[in-house]
Amino acid sequence: MSKIHVQCTINGEPTEFLCEARQSLLEVLREELGFTGTKEGCNDGNCGACSVTLDGVLVDSCLVLAAEVEGKTVGTVEGLASAEGLHPLQQKFLEHASLQCGICTPGFLVASKALLDENPNPSEHEVRHWLAGNLCRCTGYDKIVRAVLDASGTAE
Amino acid sequence: MRDFEYTAPTTLREAVKLLSEKGDSARVLAGGTDLIVQMRARRFQPERVVDIKNVPEANELSLSPRKGLRIGAAVPCQRIYNDEGVKEHFAGLTDASMIIGGIQIQGRATLGGNLCNASPSADSIPALIAYGAEAEIIGPNGKRKLPVEDFCTAPGANALQPGEMLVAIRMSMPKPNSGAHYLRFIPRNEMDIAVVGAGAFVELGGRSKSRVFKTVRVALAAVAPTPLPVPEAAAALEGQPVNDETIAAAAAAAQQVAKPISDMRGPAEYRRHLVGVLTKRALIGAVNRANGEFVPNAVQSSGHAVYQLS
Repeated sequence: MSKIHVQCTINGEPTEFLCEARQSLLEVLREELGFTGTKEGCNDGNCGACSVTLDGVLVDSCLVLAAEVEGKTVGTVEGLASAEGLHPLQQKFLEHASLQCGICTPGFLVASKALLDENPNPSEHEVRHWLAGNLCRCTGYDKIVRAVLDASGTAE
Repeated sequence: MRDFEYTAPTTLREAVKLLSEKGDSARVLAGGTDLIVQMRARRFQPERVVDIKNVPEANELSLSPRKGLRIGAAVPCQRIYNDEGVKEHFAGLTDASMIIGGIQIQGRATLGGNLCNASPSADSIPALIAYGAEAEIIGPNGKRKLPVEDFCTAPGANALQPGEMLVAIRMSMPKPNSGAHYLRFIPRNEMDIAVVGAGAFVELGGRSKSRVFKTVRVALAAVAPTPLPVPEAAAALEGQPVNDETIAAAAAAAQQVAKPISDMRGPAEYRRHLVGVLTKRALIGAVNRANGEFVPNAVQSSGHAVYQLS
């Protein structure tokens, strides 16, 4: 079948690509567009490693068809840091040693940013609930939760 | 995943045409949280996928005193549970839509998809049945309506004919002195599938010190091949006073009609026990809400709510 032409915005930059209908947004981000910060974990919507925002809504990019993002805005982990430096969440993840192997980290960062955008001062319960769709098999979550709580209020 | 033709119609008429042309080899895509997984696992290998998110009727979420609540089939859970009108008037739906998957899933997954996927353990379906919801269906032969309780026909199977699609789910505005609650049991706090779920709607009559059950609807998840309406529990309550004894009798009636199986989520006897506990709690939660009390959902209570008649 012929390829589908998609125009969208990724991390603020107008982007266009060609994809096959069966390709997920995750696949296109990583393999066609070079946004390898977004990770593939389970590829069935359980682990959150591929979290991105789609028109500001947090989603698993493995469960989005690339063709569906026509006209939409995608946010990946590459969009967090600015020319001035790391995003406060990234800084706090480093300070609290909130990662070990690092595969889950981009997903946690994107998910945490989506939380703080919606709720700048979450309780610990709210952080844990929001991040339930992100799995980490190294840290035991405590350091991640502490980093997000520490970043809250200071994050933009 | 096998390749397929991706289509994104902008009108209902076009969507129905795209579906009818392919019959059984076309699939509707809304949130994709079930469909994409199933296509990847090759459970379905459609030739054509019809994305209905650009169809206005499927994207509408509206609430009016006269027409009630209409949830388009492509409206994601997050839009439903963040809606002020839904929170105020349909708290039982908020209960259910907040616990389907995690935040990432709730940004995409729809109640329409939860219904069409027809899983026996679907969290939203008992809540919809409790509210007396109706499915609005369109197909090559026009529109039809079907009560949600008749929509699921077997695990993973529904009443839609080839070429038909679910457009929206409708329910009328709850009467004064009514309330609803849905809860489930899972062995963790989030991100799991119901071992058993129970939804209840009650409309109360009588004076504030001597309330009686006027209308009751109860439905269960994960204890039968399809989401299970329990008219026996309603019959045990309607016309009866609101107290612990009448509620216990309704819970016992629900235990009698549940047909749980043993699987990896729990043995049948355990599930039957849970039916009693959860039916009782769903009814108490619904009664307390009908009386204007605050009853936390699973997210607000982190699963540690106390269930007592207020």
